[in-house]
Amino acid sequence: MPAINITKESDARGSFCPGPQMELIRLVRAAKVGDVLAVLSRDEGSRKDIPAWIAKAKHELVGMDPFEDATRFICRKTH
Amino acid sequence: MSDKSNDKLSIVLFSGTVDKLMAASVITAGATAMGKQVTLFLTFWGLMAFKKAAWKTNTRFSKDFEDYAKAAAQAMQAKKVPHWLDTLKQAMEIGEVKIKACGLTMDLFDLKLADLEPVVSEVTGVGSFVEESSGGQTLFI
Repeated sequence: MPAINITKESDARGSFCPGPQMELIRLVRAAKVGDVLAVLSRDEGSRKDIPAWIAKAKHELVGMDPFEDATRFICRKTH
Repeated sequence: MSDKSNDKLSIVLFSGTVDKLMAASVITAGATAMGKQVTLFLTFWGLMAFKKAAWKTNTRFSKDFEDYAKAAAQAMQAKKVPHWLDTLKQAMEIGEVKIKACGLTMDLFDLKLADLEPVVSEVTGVGSFVEESSGGQTLFI
């Protein structure tokens, strides 16, 4: 695990498509520029949807790391 | 968030069965998450599903797949899938969603805006809906 300082993380493993993506959007909106936000998701759709949203919203995808039975999506708020 | 001002999705929601209401609400949520402006035009059974408190008792399911109805309802409960109305409310928090009621259906069933769930913001005619949706994508569910 690389040393990334996660400002805030949300566990959205019980949530269905597009719940985890919406959770990340909420986190990013509430955050400050430069903050690193993470969401845990078990939803298969997140693997496409979350990177697509981050690209469209012009933030930065820091990582998509396996975590237990899920994936941790890490995003830096860039603007 | 959106690059284009015409980045919009319009849904004619005709069906009032839970499976299709769920599909419409999830598509709405996904589209708003991607920065689209979404307008739902509720007509006929899609509008009846938005009568106040109807969501509490509505367990209707598509007739052509009714053999799945029981299993689907059980799976949704077991997996704690959010109710379609809650998914719509979440979409409204994330982005721009307008829910409009069809004037004809309102007249047919003697309904007033106050008879509908508060997420429905106005009654409109098909003409203004078509005008407003032109240039974007439109789905019929």
